[in-house]
Amino acid sequence: MDIQLKRGLLDVCVLAAIKDKDSYGYQIIKDMKPYLSLSESTLYTILKRLEAAGMLTVHSAEHDGRLRKYYHITDSGLRRIEEFKEDWKEILFIYRFVVKEEENE
Amino acid sequence: MNKQEFLAQLRRGLRGLPREDVEERLMFYGEMIDDRVEDGLSEAEAVAEIGNVKDIVSQILADTPITRLVKEKIRPKSPIRPWVIVLLILGFPLWLPLLISVISIVLAAYIVVWAVIISFWAAFVSVAAGALGGVASAIYFVIRGRALTALSMLAVGLLCAGTAILMFFVCLAVTKGAIWLTKKAAVGLKHMLVGKEAS
Repeated sequence: MDIQLKRGLLDVCVLAAIKDKDSYGYQIIKDMKPYLSLSESTLYTILKRLEAAGMLTVHSAEHDGRLRKYYHITDSGLRRIEEFKEDWKEILFIYRFVVKEEENE
Repeated sequence: MNKQEFLAQLRRGLRGLPREDVEERLMFYGEMIDDRVEDGLSEAEAVAEIGNVKDIVSQILADTPITRLVKEKIRPKSPIRPWVIVLLILGFPLWLPLLISVISIVLAAYIVVWAVIISFWAAFVSVAAGALGGVASAIYFVIRGRALTALSMLAVGLLCAGTAILMFFVCLAVTKGAIWLTKKAAVGLKHMLVGKEAS
């Protein structure tokens, strides 16, 4: 898959993984696993990028006697997901056009 | 390899990165291992799933801007003493030319790479022009009624066209190779700035 496209997809997937409730690194990887595999290093970079963009916030909470970092989606992050959905409506519309052209050939 | 060994290796590999970056990375990977262990994996299995330290270091370096690495490299480890400042100022005629030459070497390397790419494409353009010229002069000689000359010109034109098509793919490969090489070189340069051998 095109690298630029994949990067955008990964960002939104991570946001989607923390959309309903705050989540932590390993849980995000597990939730995404059925859809796409993600290495720890890649996830770290994505989380940093999203944090810098103000789409999520980080807080530490104690779990089983150790600290675990939890990621919380912001309004701007939720907006990003909505934008993504709108964009893909358009893309799917164009996709149907492309596929139809091929079927007619 | 257990968690402690993994984190110690990673720390060695990242030596030279800003301290806060290193601590954050180590905490992140430590948490990842702990969570896997909690999920029922053994520590060794958890570490194995995270991957090889060398690859992780390479990816972290690729994600870290070189300016950040250089800044950390030249940041004084202890407060600068007055005599160091005096030495720096007195040594100015010495270190400035050294700095300029290092920058020039890196710049020259980039220029060489681009010169190779440009010369390949220039060769491609000239052969392609030869093809057009061959065909054009073939037409010219046909009009002048010199069929044999026209035929030989057409042959030259077709020969050039064939070569041009082959060269196009060679040029593409060379360009891709050169870009890949510069990326590798950038990561290599970063590797020189950080860490002891990670393996």
